[in-house]
Formats: sequence, structure tokens, C-alpha cells
Amino acid sequence: MVGPDMENLLLVILLFPLLGAGLNLLIGNKVGEKGIGWIANAATGLSFLTALYVFFVSGGCQTGLTLSLIEWFHFGKVSIPFSFYLDGLSGLFVLIITGIGSLIHLFSMGYMHGDKEIKRYFIYLNLFILFMLILVMASNYLLMFVGWEGVGLCSYLLIGFWYQNTSYSEAANKAFIMNRIGDLGFLLGAMLMAYHFGSLSFADVFPQLSQFSDTGVLTTIGILFFIGAMGKSAQLPLFTWLPDAMAGPTPVSALIHAATMVTAGIYLLARTSALYVLAPLALDLVLYTGLATALLAAVIAVYQNDIKKVLAYSTVSQLGLMFAAVGAGGFGAGVFHVLTHAAFKALLFLGAGSVIHGLHGEQDILKMGGLKKSMPVTYLTFLIATLAISGIPPFAGFFSKDLILVTLYEAKGPLFFGIALLISLLTAFYMFRLFFLTFHGSSRNDKEAHESPASMKTALIALAVLSVVLGFLGLPHIFAHPLGLSNLLEEQLKTAMVISAPHLSATTEIVLMVITLTAVVIMIALSKRKYGSVQSLMAEETKLTTLEKWASHKFYLDEIYDKMVTKNMDRLAQFTQLWADELIFHNISSLSGRSVRELGLVMRKIQNGNVGSYFTAMVLAMSLILIYFIFQ
Amino acid sequence: MEILPNISIYHYVIVSILLFGIGVVGVMLRRNALIIFMCIELMLNAVNLLMVGFSNMWGDGKAQVFVFFIMAVAAAEVVIGLAILMMVYRNQETTDINILNKMKW
Repeated sequence: MVGPDMENLLLVILLFPLLGAGLNLLIGNKVGEKGIGWIANAATGLSFLTALYVFFVSGGCQTGLTLSLIEWFHFGKVSIPFSFYLDGLSGLFVLIITGIGSLIHLFSMGYMHGDKEIKRYFIYLNLFILFMLILVMASNYLLMFVGWEGVGLCSYLLIGFWYQNTSYSEAANKAFIMNRIGDLGFLLGAMLMAYHFGSLSFADVFPQLSQFSDTGVLTTIGILFFIGAMGKSAQLPLFTWLPDAMAGPTPVSALIHAATMVTAGIYLLARTSALYVLAPLALDLVLYTGLATALLAAVIAVYQNDIKKVLAYSTVSQLGLMFAAVGAGGFGAGVFHVLTHAAFKALLFLGAGSVIHGLHGEQDILKMGGLKKSMPVTYLTFLIATLAISGIPPFAGFFSKDLILVTLYEAKGPLFFGIALLISLLTAFYMFRLFFLTFHGSSRNDKEAHESPASMKTALIALAVLSVVLGFLGLPHIFAHPLGLSNLLEEQLKTAMVISAPHLSATTEIVLMVITLTAVVIMIALSKRKYGSVQSLMAEETKLTTLEKWASHKFYLDEIYDKMVTKNMDRLAQFTQLWADELIFHNISSLSGRSVRELGLVMRKIQNGNVGSYFTAMVLAMSLILIYFIFQ
Repeated sequence: MEILPNISIYHYVIVSILLFGIGVVGVMLRRNALIIFMCIELMLNAVNLLMVGFSNMWGDGKAQVFVFFIMAVAAAEVVIGLAILMMVYRNQETTDINILNKMKW
């Protein structure tokens, strides 16, 4: 029942956030704080409902809905249409963005209560939703790039939301500049694609791939796109901006830097899966980068004491796992983990936001503790999210993480499975360290903790429910078949991208599952023994071995980048400023000004103020004109 | 139609040139602003005379209409010009235009 007007609903999904931002811009000052919040909430909420309707009622997502508006522009033979496309993959992302987005908007109303600039906040947030939707709904790479840049801009604006704090606005700059490096890769990849395929539309490029024989070109495009994904999704070597991005308001960290924007890289790779399966070298790069990032970030996360920093490194680590899955050819596994991760990581961040809100801005987990009693709702939802991220059944993270592990085992063998398992164990360890230090033991500060307001609690509970149920969308075959169920996620995605379900025997899968689960439970027990009931400020955290000290300083990566790149770029900039800018361009541009001035100095001598000489000049000129006309 | 049959167009032209020349030379050489003003009037009227002459030659009255306009405008201009001169004289105690050379940068 794909009606002819179903395509137009795509535009409706996009227009609601735009309308929300516009409305708040125009009448935001009149409607007050509550009004601004409700306008923004209504915008994302309506967008979500429309997306739900399109996704579930139309059934058009399997075949793909295309809405062609106009030709945007063309160069040579390449035509870039301004059109949107929705299929199982982008539909899923639209649901994540608008769904989780709505909950975070709701949460923000409580969290940002009392901030004088709440209007600006909600305008940015709605604008972010708009650009993110453009990113996933674009029908070609260039329109996707518009969304890609747009979310980068909104991310920059929101990280630097409290721009009066210099270090915050520097964090915003850092995020923006590091993203630009990746964006260049994306753009070059798109150019190369336009050159070889004569189009940037998914529908034109992908069918051509099977006839395309030059693997080198495909690998280059794949690597360039992955560089773009590295920037946006915070992978090595471009991941250092994400921990700093925690300078923004916590709901922003939840929405942009955990649930949606940072997963744009996975979306890009999943969308381009048809190309990647033909470029195994690029996929290998994705796999190794993903695993290295995941491992590094997980190790760093164990030694962080800022509640948001731990979550930030955990996000980097989880993104690395997703890339590892994608690199092993498990595009479906990567996207599945995006889905579940969006729910439980948003929940973790919002829980952290609730804790920070309750403790009036305290972010150091060493100074927390004992919040179990004073914040019961936050405690319970945070526990669910922690269990989910650690991979305990039946919470969502278990299913997606298991799929990633199985995919790695099948495609790359036990070694890669082992590395991924190690990462999951570290994840379980640092997450429970965070959890125990925050909520258990006794209070290590003098602040009066209080539970958060209703709007925040509602969002937390809704996300907690999602963190439980979302996993069942991608029920493993070994469970699904006996129950007569199918893997819903695979059904949705199989037309949009390359999907390969694991083909291991049921016994192997169960054995792997049991190994993973046992190890994770042991890890949690270890964590509980060490951090379960901390009473006073811990002394042993200060006595660190060299390696641990390195890890707590994120292996001095920032310092290395500073020495290697930033300093040299500064020197280059100073060199060009001195030689090119001041010596050459400055002189050229000032030459025109100076010549006019010099000419004026000569010419002004003619104006001597003597009327007689003016008149003489006039008469002479007139005589000359007369003579010219007579003798011509 | 010929009112003054013995006077050809050349007479008019020559008298006009003379009048205009006197006016130009006067403006260029004299220093008294009042005299310069009179010389400008002389030039204006040289043109007027020329127009009347040609109008008579072609037997077309249109040019004479212009002459009346020029006279009317010149009269208005004289009023303003003389007023300016009056003010200048009151301020500077002279109408010598070489002293009035303040119109420069």
C-alpha cells in the first residue's frame, strides 16, 4: 500500500525540525522557557511519529522510497539531484535519530531549566535533528555531505554552547578542525566516485559496481570514505576530539556524541557496503583501525575519573567495535550495535546528566558514591544501561555485541574474537567501576543529592525500556528459529545493504556465548570487589604504574599531536603570514590604494582656488573641443 | 517677413562673437567680481542675440521663446549672484576674486 503521497511524507519528516527551529527563532522570546521546550519537543516528536508511520504503515521501506525534488546542480555529465531516499537502513537511522532525539529533547527541558540561553539551545538541537535526517535520508553522497557538514556545525555550536568558558570553546574548535580532516577524505572519495562512475546517487553507482573491474579505485574510494568516517566517528588517529567534546551540555553529549552523529561513519560504510565488499583491503583497514581504537579507548576509560570522560571513551571504544564488525564484513552487526548502543549509551549519558544535575555540577566519580538511595530512578535505569553495555542478557547490548563477536570469530578466526572479547571485558570492568563508584559505597562529598524532575525521569525510563527490548529485534538465529521468529532487523536491512548472517553451527555459537558471558560476569565480580563499597576517597588511585599513568593521560596522544602536527602547522602558518601574506599579498593589495593616493597628491595642485585660472582652463578646453569639431 | 533686410545673418554672428569674446576676456582678466558678473551677462546676451538672429533668418519663432526663458532665468540668477557678492563684500571688504581663493583643499 505504497500510496503516491507516501514519498511526500519524507519531506514532512524533514520539515518538522526546521519548523521547530524557525518557530523558536521567531517567537521564542515571547513563549518563555516552557514554550520553547514544548515547541522543540513537538517538532521532533511529530517528526518521529511521521517516521513511524512511514516505516511501519507504508511498508515502502523494503523497496525504498524516493522523493525527487529538483536537480540541485550539474557539472559535466554528472547531475546532482536534490532528492531523498528512505529504505530499511536509512529508515532505521531516522527512527533512532527522531526517537532518541525526542527523548533527549524531553530530558533537556529538565536539565537546561533556568539556563538563560535555552532558546539558542533548542534551536541548535532542532537544527541538528534536521541535518542528521538530511544525512541519512540523502539519495546521493553530496547531499549526504550537506548533512554531514551540518551536523558537524551543530556539534561545534553545541560543544561550545557555554562559550564564555575558553576551554569549552577550544574543545569546540578542536572537534571542528579534527572533523575537517575527515571531511576532506569524504569529499575526495566522492570526487573520485563522480569521476569513475559519472554519478553520486546511490541508485546509479551501486548497480555499476559489479561491472567495475579496477579494484584499486574501489579500495581508494573505500579508504577515503573511511577517513571521513574516522573524523566523524572518532576513530584512531582522529578520536581525541570526542572526549573533549564533553564540554557541551550532557544531553548534547548523549544525542550527538553518543547516539547519533558519531554513528554517521557506520551509516556511511553500511550505505556503501556494496562497494566495500569489493574492496577487501579497505575493509581490513577498517577492521584493524576499529579494533585498535576500541582497545586503546577501553584501556584509557579504566583510568578516567570524570563521569562523562569515562562514557566518552566508552563511546569511542564501542564505535571501534562497530567498525571492527563492519571491517569483518558484518555490516548488519555494526548497524545493529548502532541501534542498541544508541539506546543504552544515550541512557548512560542522561543518567550521568541526572547525577551531575543532582550533585550540582560534580563530575568526579571519586567524589560521588552512595547515590543509590537519593536517586532511585537514576540508579535503576543506570544499572539497566550498564548491564546492557556489558552484554548481559536479556539486555539489548548482549545481542548486538554477541553478533559482533560471532561475526569476528567466523570471518577472522579466534584471535580477533579474543581481542574483541578483551575489549568487552574491559568495557564491563570500567562501566561497573563507574557504576559502583557513583551509586554504591558511601557519599564522598558534602553535597545534598536530589532526584531529577519528572521530564528527566520520563526520558530515563523510556530509554531504559528501549535498552531492554531493542535487542530482540536482532534475535540470533539459534534462538529465533526454535521459537519460529525471524530476525526482524535482517528483514528490514537486507534490501538496503549487504547482509550476511553468521553460518556457524549452533553449538559453536552457544559455546562462544557461554565463554563471553562467564568472562564478563567474572569481570563484573572483580569490579565489585575492588569498587563495590568504597567508603573514603581512594588513595590507591594516585599510586599508578607507568603504563597506568600513560593510560590516564590517554597515552599523551594530545601532546604528541601537538608536537608533531599543531606546532608544525603553526610554524607553517607563521611562515606564510610573514612571507606570502605580509610581503607579497599585502603589498599587491595596498599598491592600488597607494597609487590613487600618489596621483591625488599630484592632481590637487591644479585646484589652487583661483577662479580666474579655473575659468581659463574651461575656456581653453572649450576652444579645443570647438577646434576638434571644426577640423575633424 | 524680412524686418531688417539690409542686415545679413553674418552681422548678427560677428556682433555676437565680439560680445562673447569681450565677455570671455573680461572674465579672464578682470579681478573685480562685479565686472566679471557683468561680463557673464554679456556672454549670455551674445547667445541671445545669435538666437534671435537665426530665428529671424529661418522665420521660426521657437528660438525666441528660449531667449525669453534665458532672460528670465538670468534675471533670477543675477539676484542670487548679487546677493552672494553683497555677503562676500560685507565679510571681506573687497570684491577682488584673487583674494577670495579659499576654495581649495
